[in-house]
Amino acid sequence: MMQFVADGIVSAALIALGAIGISMTYNILRFANFAQGEILTIGAYFTLLLVSLIGAGIGTLGPVAFGWPLLVSIVFAMAATSVVVLVVDWLLFRPLRNRKAARITLIMAAFGLSLMGRNLVTLIAGGEPQYYAFFIPKAIEILPGVRLVPDDFAIIGIAIIAFAALFLFMNRTSMGRQMRAVSENPTLARINGIDVRAVIRWTWIIGASLATVAGALLAHNTQLRPEMGFDMLLPMFAALILGGASNLYGTILGALVIGLTEAIAVSLGLAGYRAAITFMVMLIVLLFRPQGLLGEKE
Amino acid sequence: MEAYLSTIIFFLIFASFYSLTTLGLNLQWGFTGLFNVGIVGFYAIGAYTSAILTGPPYPDTLIGGLGLWFPIGFIGAMVTSGIAALIVGFITLRLREDFLAISTFGIGLSIQLVALNFESLTRGPNGMYSLPRPLSGISESNLVDNILYLILCLAIIGAVYWAFERMVRSPWGRVLRAIREDETASAALGKNVFAIRLQSFVVGSAVMGLAGAMQGNFIGFISPQDFLPIFTFQVFVMLIVGGSGNNMGALLGGLVVWGLWSFSEQVIGAVLPATFNTEAGAVRIVLIGLILALALLYRPEGILREKRIVSREARLS
Repeated sequence: MMQFVADGIVSAALIALGAIGISMTYNILRFANFAQGEILTIGAYFTLLLVSLIGAGIGTLGPVAFGWPLLVSIVFAMAATSVVVLVVDWLLFRPLRNRKAARITLIMAAFGLSLMGRNLVTLIAGGEPQYYAFFIPKAIEILPGVRLVPDDFAIIGIAIIAFAALFLFMNRTSMGRQMRAVSENPTLARINGIDVRAVIRWTWIIGASLATVAGALLAHNTQLRPEMGFDMLLPMFAALILGGASNLYGTILGALVIGLTEAIAVSLGLAGYRAAITFMVMLIVLLFRPQGLLGEKE
Repeated sequence: MEAYLSTIIFFLIFASFYSLTTLGLNLQWGFTGLFNVGIVGFYAIGAYTSAILTGPPYPDTLIGGLGLWFPIGFIGAMVTSGIAALIVGFITLRLREDFLAISTFGIGLSIQLVALNFESLTRGPNGMYSLPRPLSGISESNLVDNILYLILCLAIIGAVYWAFERMVRSPWGRVLRAIREDETASAALGKNVFAIRLQSFVVGSAVMGLAGAMQGNFIGFISPQDFLPIFTFQVFVMLIVGGSGNNMGALLGGLVVWGLWSFSEQVIGAVLPATFNTEAGAVRIVLIGLILALALLYRPEGILREKRIVSREARLS
């Protein structure tokens, strides 16, 4: 009975890590980034590249089936993914912004990037599933009838650390405050001398870094596939909308709802319809509470 | 000679499915500014509806096998995809435009899942086969059958094109463009922005459903593999390249981009050995993505620019 709650929290942690980037581009660059899924994918594949470059496997950390080699690879992959994302912004999104292109044009560009990214990954890394390492997960019983793999605890722990760091960054650093200012009112922020270009750079860097963590952990838990990130796109969007798009913490809450919904769907034997059920929940929330769970009415 | 002709006819029939879908998208995106990322979903709804209405009975499905006359299948396809658009549109068209994009993306994926998993309706991955092809069997030759079907496709496209041209030149069409350009100003003039957007969205989606039915009944077989997200992307590239906001541009874009797509398949297929099939597909998608990016950056108006229309009586130089 409680098993699905445990499973749901694990997938919620991954959805939330990925969806933070969607939430930030949505609020600061003001468009729905359909390429976010591919940022997860690219992050996961960069991690694979670094794991094989380091050549020490992924290590272990007590009962957890990954250790420093994987964590170090993820950190370097975060940087590599951020560079890729910044280059793409510079080549495509920046010219469109400068031309004051409609929001929809940005969405369409992102949609095109998503397909290109997926297929470039297929071209470069191959389409067949890959793994960081082979290991046999050993589940332990944490409560009567509830079993979790130690890695799941590590994933939840990493997600909590990431959210805490994000919270401190947004509230305690000057750049974080500037980002919130741009998110509230870009014109006013600019008039007050905020360097909007730096804010945009940090938006991409933070979103891409957290997405890399999400992608790498998801790949560790399942497998690397060129479509892995794309398959996360709908849950991530649903988390964004459910939580109230303008609210970063709402996104985390939304991810929790989506993670639990998916886990319930799976436990009811509806695994094949998981994404469709997520979508229905999202539509129902939109129907009755268009501003989302934590959002404010415009 | 006959082999060439039959290849060209086959190509044109497929181009007409794409062109018709692009025409439907043009009403939504080109004239009203509605970003529909679930084109393939509405297309699939149409194909499956017509398959259920016109197809033969299968031993393992609950309903279907009605074996009805094909126009009933085509009309049914428009009705069901229109209803799907009505539901999604009703919930999301009042909200920020991104929400429509996200929701239509969701419906595209959900339809794919239903087609794959709801086996008692769609036969899942096995697909629905032996769908009757309209106008076939009139002559002995397959080529004549295909030519007749092409004429049917062109007649349908002509009718939709004529209707759309009338619509966008009518007062209703002016409001569409007014909403696209400035929603607040249109609302201030007393136009019911939500209702008009919803009408445009439903009509456009119904046309996409019709195109899906035309493909399904032509091939005679549909399965979830025929309705992948790449379709949505292709149709968008067709509209952007052809000229968003211009119905003739939409038709032209469908033809040109489908031509490039088929041509690149031939070229890459001739250059790369068959073992690189996956890679060849990926290269084509990356190329078409580049076309879109370049079109958005350097020629956002497409091949045919939008005509400045006031009404069907007035001409602007």
